Amino acid sequence: MNQMNRINGQPLGGTEATGAPRSGQANRLSGGQIDHAKTLNFRFDGKTFQGHPGDTLASALLANGVRLMGRSFKYHRPRGPLTSGSEEPNALVELRSGARQEPNTRATVAELFDGLEAMSQNRWPSLSFDALAINDRLSTFLTAGFYYKTFMWPKAFWEKLYEPIIRRAAGLGSLSMETDPDLYDKGFLHADLLIVGSGPAGLAAALTAGRAGAQVILAEEDFLFGGRLIAETYRLGSGSGADWAAAAIAELAAMPNVRLMPRTTVIGAFDHGITGAVERVSDHLAVPAAGKPRQILWRIYAKRTLLCAGAIERPIPFENNDRPGILLAGAIRAYANRWAATPGKTVAIFTNNDDGLRTATDLIDKGVSVAAVIDTRPEGKTLAGTTHLKGATVIDSAGRLGLTGITVRLGTGETRQIACTALGVSGGWNPNVHLTCHQRGRPVWDAKIAAFVPGADLPPSMSVAGAATGDLTTSGALASGAAGAVAALDALGITARAAELPEAEDAPVNVTPFWYVKHGKGRAWIDQQNDVTVKDVKLAHQEGYRSVEHLKRYTTLGMATDQGKTSNMAGLAVMAELTSKSIPATGTTIFRPPYTPVPIATFAGRSAGKDFRPVRQTPSHKWAAEQGAVFVEVGMWKRAQWFPRQGETHWRQSVDREVLATRNSVGICDVTTLGKIDVQGTDAAEFLNRVYANPFAKLAVGKVRYGLMLREDGMAMDDGTTARLAEDHFVTTTTTANAVGVYRHMEFCRQCLWPDLDVQIISTTEAWAQFSVAGPNARKLLQKIVDPGHDISNEAFPYMGCGEITVCGGLRARLFRISFSGELAYEIAVPTRYGDGLIRAMVEAGKQYDSVVYGTEALGVMRIEKGHAAGNELNGTTTARNLGMAGMVSKKKDAIGSTLSEREGLNRDDVLALVGFRPVDRSRPLVAGSHFINVGAEATAANDQGYMTSVAFSPNLGHSVGLGFLKSGGARKGETLRAVNPLNNEEVEVEVVSAHFIDPEGDRLRA
Amino acid sequence: MIINHPLLGPRDSQEFIYLGDANLIERPDWQAANAVETFHDYLYLRDNPAGEHRELWYHEQGDRSWLVVTRNTVTHEISKVELARDVARSKGRSK
Repeated sequence: MNQMNRINGQPLGGTEATGAPRSGQANRLSGGQIDHAKTLNFRFDGKTFQGHPGDTLASALLANGVRLMGRSFKYHRPRGPLTSGSEEPNALVELRSGARQEPNTRATVAELFDGLEAMSQNRWPSLSFDALAINDRLSTFLTAGFYYKTFMWPKAFWEKLYEPIIRRAAGLGSLSMETDPDLYDKGFLHADLLIVGSGPAGLAAALTAGRAGAQVILAEEDFLFGGRLIAETYRLGSGSGADWAAAAIAELAAMPNVRLMPRTTVIGAFDHGITGAVERVSDHLAVPAAGKPRQILWRIYAKRTLLCAGAIERPIPFENNDRPGILLAGAIRAYANRWAATPGKTVAIFTNNDDGLRTATDLIDKGVSVAAVIDTRPEGKTLAGTTHLKGATVIDSAGRLGLTGITVRLGTGETRQIACTALGVSGGWNPNVHLTCHQRGRPVWDAKIAAFVPGADLPPSMSVAGAATGDLTTSGALASGAAGAVAALDALGITARAAELPEAEDAPVNVTPFWYVKHGKGRAWIDQQNDVTVKDVKLAHQEGYRSVEHLKRYTTLGMATDQGKTSNMAGLAVMAELTSKSIPATGTTIFRPPYTPVPIATFAGRSAGKDFRPVRQTPSHKWAAEQGAVFVEVGMWKRAQWFPRQGETHWRQSVDREVLATRNSVGICDVTTLGKIDVQGTDAAEFLNRVYANPFAKLAVGKVRYGLMLREDGMAMDDGTTARLAEDHFVTTTTTANAVGVYRHMEFCRQCLWPDLDVQIISTTEAWAQFSVAGPNARKLLQKIVDPGHDISNEAFPYMGCGEITVCGGLRARLFRISFSGELAYEIAVPTRYGDGLIRAMVEAGKQYDSVVYGTEALGVMRIEKGHAAGNELNGTTTARNLGMAGMVSKKKDAIGSTLSEREGLNRDDVLALVGFRPVDRSRPLVAGSHFINVGAEATAANDQGYMTSVAFSPNLGHSVGLGFLKSGGARKGETLRAVNPLNNEEVEVEVVSAHFIDPEGDRLRA
Repeated sequence: MIINHPLLGPRDSQEFIYLGDANLIERPDWQAANAVETFHDYLYLRDNPAGEHRELWYHEQGDRSWLVVTRNTVTHEISKVELARDVARSKGRSK
């Protein structure tokens, strides 16, 4: 333990007045809420230490004489813990190793377990010698606004030089870059009353509400219930605060209507009284139990929330106030009383209030030497057992890697050096108003305790009790907790009686505001996590950043992960003084969720890896996977993109083969992903007539019609086919991408626009497996599986016919004679569970025709060859007129979008029109997205003539073909243009042609 | 947020899709002389109040009802939830 000797700078005796130190734990005291009988081994920066169950990493390290736990963010100053709780700005460490390594955990809340591995951060090569500590010497240049002033020019340096350097230097912990092996989960809870915090107020509230039979959740971020009760020595009734807390918890644990949630931080108060909470289920274990999550993100729907979050002590900045060993006084008291640990054997206290004196008393009782109490107040009671210096301030400290002494300025003006290895600072207590701000509530100033307290505009259904309201006495906290529960339940109509409460201390804190020590020219830290000093605040003031919001952003004060829980007040006070305003007139910043940092994995919950989002598989998926199909994601669907065969090494070989085989014989394609909407009712035809631009009222039973759906603004929304199966029964299809949106839109029309039409709709996308069968042999193939008795000859079942049939010996099916490829084609649908069987039956039936099954690529090639518009053309900016379908928009009826499609600007002579393109040099490929420029014109936006939307290599024509929108396109066939691709500085000469590259007369369709 | 569905009781807002101003129910007459102008105003002109706002929500992860929700855009307080169909009828919409 030589390391410890050196850091502490004082010899360590073999014995302690108050307890027998175990191996290494030289600063371990007796008593507290730890199990001295059991020893836990853990490692910090490679060294092995011992602690006990009940320890945090911070308390165990302090007990082992380790005060130095990290390096500061900007100046790489040596730092130790400032606090004993989740408000900790300094002692951030990396926990665990390998894939479970997690950065930036506060050592003050990391529960110790056997085998815990921890590493310090933001230092290289070691914590005691850190090369980037040079920043501390350069501090003159690294003041507030440093980034804004330094990295402004030249612009070119930003990406290549400044950003990489800043990225390397900034940030604290590091990631393992491995996949987190643990589970995270989400859950939902409902309750009458959520109580946040289990200190005296929270426990009194829980007892009151629990005994009244209300459904209660008591959430405590710590692993032990009791809040300050387990960190203090004062009595509650006849026993200790810890005993009373333990008895209360035992009673609550026996109540079936009370849910006790330790290790659960309420992170945010959201709309309508909903709160979010993170339960650290397994963080205190080396590895989570089998099947158990590491953390759970709870969404809590409580009818009322009672915030009993206590108060957070604030430091008093003075020169070099950030050395390891300088802590908040209340934290030192908590380490001594709860964790039986002290950051040093000789402690001094610097306070402006009576609570600081209590720390001195408790330490003396524990046998820790209190070198002096430096009290800013000139008057008041005098503490026995130590040197109580009144009207005095601490003006400097010494000790490179840990505190060795302080310089005190007495009321008389003279200075005194005091040797000590720890200093407890208390500048008063701030009510923990964090959650009260999450719905933009603003705290208000309470001069009595010189702090902000919750304002009137609390989040809905929230009330506040205990120290969080500004009542800093234990008796006051108990009473307000009980009363708060009674009032909250009363609002729900539940009668409760306030729990009878033990007698408790009610000593006022007697705080005399003292915000910072003005003496000295060095740096006094306000925000230790972001390395913001009093000087930085002065600089912000000098440069005009005086509003609190500007101060915050200019200096980064309060913008670290602790949100300035221990620092905002001091920053505000300095600015108030500089602007000669009061603190409340200077303003206050409010807090945002989350209360403490939450791992992204916790927000993700189970939505990780393959469960990131659902996967939809088509009915032929299994068969396609067996064939080695290459799949593509289409929304959530996985669709077969092409089916490589042996010997095919390039996707084009597969796609060309599929296209040619289909056009020459027959091909099958799974088109189940197209949306299907069943429309029924006596007004079904009228309904479709209004949602589609073209007429549907007169569509005959047994016929199919193409439909173009517009948005109300006249732009094309979707297209598809609608089959009339009966007078009052239609089946309409949508594109794959718009299946959900079109259904939603149709429900809007049905419910909001024409509520009395007799029409019902339901999505049946998942109910039917549907396959396209296309090519000259399509009918022959189908005749082999369609049951005898169903005549599908061209005469009996012509183009655009539809009907209900049976296949494969009695299986009900629907047959539609429609074609996307331009070939003789059908779509056949069977109930989804028969989809796998049908594809296998059709492939078998197709063998004699050398049929193929084709994927989405071949589908795309064939529709481009045929000149059919798809998603690339229906891109939200195109009208029916752009698509060459102006004639379809009926002017004789009302339909969504028909009125606004008549707008003048959409109907000018030179509007874009869909046409086809082929390269003048047939060997050249086309690029979708290219813009058309007239030959001889400069390639500028002003000369833009339109753009290419879809391209493909046509194996039938032996060259690339494209579809695109061209100004006055319909009148420009035969013209040569340049298709310019400025991204690659490439261009191709193209010829404007008809969009119908294959079978323009449509003979094949009707064959 | 919690939306108190008139048929299903309180439901989490995550189950819903938001559309916008409930005035979308009041689709103009296509045969009016100035139909293009009235449709333009209907579609594009919206109030953007800081306060009470009547708006359309769709219970997509539920019973597929369209609802008219009266919500305060500042506090998110919801003071009224109605079936859009009922609202449409009360505005004189029928077939």
